[in-house]
Amino acid sequence: MKNYDSIEHVRGESLFVDDQLTPIGTLFGYVACSPIAHGRIKNIDMTKALNIKGVKTILTAKDIPGENQIGGIIKDEELLADKEVHFVGQPIAFVVADNQLIAHEAADLIEYEFEKLPVITDPRKAAEAGELIQPPRTFKLGNTDEAFAKCDFVFEGKVESGGQEHLYLETQGAFAYPVEGGGIKIFSSTQGPTAVQRVTARILGIPMHKVEVDVLRIGGGFGGKEDQASPWAALAALGAKILNKPVKLILPRQQDMKITGKRHPYSSDFKIGLNKEGKILAYEAAFYQNAGAAADLSTAVLERTLFHCTNSYFIPNVKATAYCCRTNLPPNTAFRGFGGPQGMFVIESAIAKAAEKMGMSTVEIQKKNLLDEGDEFPYGQRTEHCRIRRCFKEAEEKYNFFEIKKRVDDFNSSNKLFKKGFAVMPVTFGISFTSTFMNQASALVHIYTDGSISVSTAAVEMGQGVNEKIRAVAQKVFSVNSERIKIETTNTTRVANTSPTAASKAADLNGYATQKACEILLERLKKVAAKELNIEQHNNISIQQEIIFNKDEKTDLTFDKLIQIAYFNRVSLSAQAHHSTPHIHFDKTKEKGKPFAYHSFGVGIVEATVDCIRGTYQIDSVKVVHDFGKSLHPVVDKGQAEGGIVQGIGWMTMEEVLYNEEGQLLTNALSTYKIPDIHFSPDDIQIHFLEDAPNPYGPFQSKAIGEPPLMYGIGAYFAIRNAMKIFKPESDIEFKAPMTPERVLLSLYKKTFVLKPTN
Amino acid sequence: MTQRLNFILNNQEVDTSQHPGMSLLDYLRQEAHLTGTKEGCKEGDCGACTVLIGELIKDQIQYKSVNSCLLPIGDVDQKHIVTIEGLNREELSPIQTEMVNEGGTQCGFCTPGFVVSLSGYYLINDDYNTEDAIDSMNGNICRCTGYAGIKRTAHKITKKLNVALNNNHSKIELVVGEKILPEYFLDVKERLNSLINKKGSKVADDNSNSSYLYTISGGTDLMVQSWEDILKSDITLISDKNIISGIKEENGKIIIGGATTASAIEDSPIMAKYFPDIKEYFSLFGSLPIKNTATVAGNIVNASPIADMTNIFLALNSTLTLSNGSSKRKILLKDFYKGYKTLDKKENELLTFVSFNIPKENSFFNFEKVSKRKYLDIASVNSSILIDVEKDLINEINISAGGVSPIPLYLKKTCEFLTSNKINSKTLGEASEILQDEISPISDARGTAEYKSLLLRQLFYAHFIKLFPELIIIEELL
Repeated sequence: MKNYDSIEHVRGESLFVDDQLTPIGTLFGYVACSPIAHGRIKNIDMTKALNIKGVKTILTAKDIPGENQIGGIIKDEELLADKEVHFVGQPIAFVVADNQLIAHEAADLIEYEFEKLPVITDPRKAAEAGELIQPPRTFKLGNTDEAFAKCDFVFEGKVESGGQEHLYLETQGAFAYPVEGGGIKIFSSTQGPTAVQRVTARILGIPMHKVEVDVLRIGGGFGGKEDQASPWAALAALGAKILNKPVKLILPRQQDMKITGKRHPYSSDFKIGLNKEGKILAYEAAFYQNAGAAADLSTAVLERTLFHCTNSYFIPNVKATAYCCRTNLPPNTAFRGFGGPQGMFVIESAIAKAAEKMGMSTVEIQKKNLLDEGDEFPYGQRTEHCRIRRCFKEAEEKYNFFEIKKRVDDFNSSNKLFKKGFAVMPVTFGISFTSTFMNQASALVHIYTDGSISVSTAAVEMGQGVNEKIRAVAQKVFSVNSERIKIETTNTTRVANTSPTAASKAADLNGYATQKACEILLERLKKVAAKELNIEQHNNISIQQEIIFNKDEKTDLTFDKLIQIAYFNRVSLSAQAHHSTPHIHFDKTKEKGKPFAYHSFGVGIVEATVDCIRGTYQIDSVKVVHDFGKSLHPVVDKGQAEGGIVQGIGWMTMEEVLYNEEGQLLTNALSTYKIPDIHFSPDDIQIHFLEDAPNPYGPFQSKAIGEPPLMYGIGAYFAIRNAMKIFKPESDIEFKAPMTPERVLLSLYKKTFVLKPTN
Repeated sequence: MTQRLNFILNNQEVDTSQHPGMSLLDYLRQEAHLTGTKEGCKEGDCGACTVLIGELIKDQIQYKSVNSCLLPIGDVDQKHIVTIEGLNREELSPIQTEMVNEGGTQCGFCTPGFVVSLSGYYLINDDYNTEDAIDSMNGNICRCTGYAGIKRTAHKITKKLNVALNNNHSKIELVVGEKILPEYFLDVKERLNSLINKKGSKVADDNSNSSYLYTISGGTDLMVQSWEDILKSDITLISDKNIISGIKEENGKIIIGGATTASAIEDSPIMAKYFPDIKEYFSLFGSLPIKNTATVAGNIVNASPIADMTNIFLALNSTLTLSNGSSKRKILLKDFYKGYKTLDKKENELLTFVSFNIPKENSFFNFEKVSKRKYLDIASVNSSILIDVEKDLINEINISAGGVSPIPLYLKKTCEFLTSNKINSKTLGEASEILQDEISPISDARGTAEYKSLLLRQLFYAHFIKLFPELIIIEELL
């Protein structure tokens, strides 16, 4: 199957926002940011900055003609700080100049006076201080109090997981120019064109129909450009509107890292109760989410943590409470997995602790508690087409757990300073936006008179291959050559009121909408063909590989001819269709419902080797059995799995977001924030597609794939941990991710190494 | 400050005037409108801006991959610059085809850099293997694919080209014949020659040093820290000076010219003769494009406490030659650092040579480095050792430690203690205590002070575990 976008990529011909030709006279913006984490703005002195030659204007909150508000779910975030700043890097002013160099120079010359206020960076401290963005939420199933009393074993513990920088290779950016009638056109690197449109309209105080947002593609998003692409587009639009000139704003890498939000760090408590056979009878968890200074998507992220707090296990008694904690860090945001990984890491830690204390193998406990068909999740939904046990069994057989264990044991008994460990990571991930209303999409399909086809949807191509999947859907409906089909840019004027490309749902929602729109056209074409061929029953007509068939007999009519005939008979060759996921609902007052269209299942096995002298490690292999449904594009799906896995491993191992107590980001560049490189990524990644696994809730039986594989990466943490335990069984290893080489070394030697006091 | 520059950009001769300190990346994107070369980080850490640069040396074009974000355009005069656009033919090249088929590209932003690096690998090297082909992309970061499809591509192309290698073509004919590169590459040598003949070969400046604010050698740190300032300043490019690059063996010494790149040292047969594991050490130093431009002098005068090359040269007890154009002086590297980023060097002095004694027969050398990521990362702590022993008796020992002090540190007291001592677990345990007295690590993004102290101890032990496993009982150390 051809991948048209890929062909442009390998030639360097695909265009991103900063690559598009800009008109002569385009100006460039730079964001001037708060140097402190919390304080009142007493004065802003722009005299020196404005004296720089080439500076056109410096905009602040008072220059905003509309409402200075960019909050999505909760309206609690200003575009430009007005009276107070709440995190280091919060935009205060927007400098527009002849070029970026000048704009940057001027921004650095702006002088501020602040009255500093106390800084909180720890979510538990925020919770203690009452800094909660919303009241705590609790999911409940059964009765944990009663159940714990009946357990043979009860264990408690604390779990920490770190943030994660998205590190999309293309930084945030937008290009905006004024159009007639007071409107604005924006090219934005966003996963949410409608969010950009809504925020810009609000900032400029103009109706949404005056803001056109166009997205050709984006150079990686991973959630980081779902809501957080909007401010940069709005700033460029503000500059363009006020100066009546085109304005481009591309965030330099270090600024992007400093001022945009990341995956939420969590600090959590668990309590797990089991019987002596290893059956989990009760589980309690408390999640303290570090939301940063504004709500952004945090409440929705936190909700998904609750949805996935029991991962792939049926636990009859559950109580999980989640706290959305406001701190003085950049507002954290969506990141592949959207809170799910944070929830799963806690239950996996609880199981690991139970296994260690009970002297059982973790795999045994995992296996004993896997979900069965019809089991109830703490949020009330029951499993349907549950394939987690199938995946587990197939992984066990295909990759031979026994042999892996034997190989690891043999290695460990013959190596003194290097140790191997392995871990199994089952994943069950709910597919749908958990805010039910967002599960809608529409498509607009045109067939031109030459037979070429144009498809517009709400989906943004960001490397996940959604364009190819939509093309596959259109191609399947029409049964024509894929060359005929062009997937258009995502544009708010062509397709309105779009949900962001997120939640792994873009191919499902937009695929279905495309299918519907194409089917409307197909129906019309069949009628035209029936009339042309003098056949009464147009239902007998079909298109097969560009040729029109009657019943199963070939006719002389081709697709090209049919389109011509349709046009001259004044039949509309355009169709628009809307799709909304049926049968989903969720009642937040009861915290019960059926929020997901279906679940995605799979099992990964991760092996690692630890250098116990140096504290370093490598991930040797990741072997997966995953339920892809009936794949619309195997190359794309495999790539999503491989990429997600390595991103997940990164989160669990080397990717460490560090802030100091003043809220300054220490890891603000690629030289200090490390993501997996070509050598760290395991050479042995095997992805097995679960066979015979059609999905009745996905277009052409396909399944969503974007997020779930990331969580196999959690296995890397436990594989490393298991290797460390072999080297020093008595070592006390905290459940704290990422497991950096520093954590490995300190965990192994902290007890015996006495640090000398510094002179 | 502008300069007339003549070079070949892909298939086109260019004659332009630019500030020589402008980065090649900015030139490509803003002036030449070649947007296939991307800006991902502007600090040489992502490789999205990778291009090839070919230089006529002894009537052969030698190509190398570089980060265009860190390369001052003044350095491309009379050279051939190859961007992704310069690799395109009407049909996809085999590398491009496999990248598509194997899922080696997703969002596409990093992809041109990978294609350039890998294409360069087959152009530059004489024989191919998958491992090295993958390593040629060690400076390219991808956030989408997990590299799996990219590795499959390298594997397939290597296999294919190894079959073709048997033909008796020149390298350039081979890669052009296999459609890795477009045909115009065959004529580039002639075109570069005529470009040079037309302009006259570059006349290097004498050694009198202008007191410009910026003297740029490889630029791999200066262009990261100060590129905006450089654009506004008068600058000196080392490439216009008579600063020697190259490595020679003379009178029991190895002498390395200040402008020698890390890659040249890594690939030097002289170095390999005395340091059989040199490639392994240098593999930890940085990406290929960085090593292709970073120089030994730059590494030393930059005075970063975690500089890797400096760490090695400290343990080799190297001597530096400093020249101000009219006079020279020598100083031991271990005496060169006066404090954080403070050197015993006058403004008009340039570091022209690094030299050290060839290790004695009973000498052993080792280098250790730990960073968050093994490759393409800055050390949390690094350490080198040169030890001269007779059985278990230490005759002479030099140990360096980086990341544990404001300067690249020579562990003087530890070395003094160990000299004339015997290698055993007890001695090493005592030495590790002394070592802790010599260091003053700080907590930062590369680790807490506590970690760095522990890590240095571990690396100190690792030297001996690696070099003298039979002399120590590991259990007594840990």
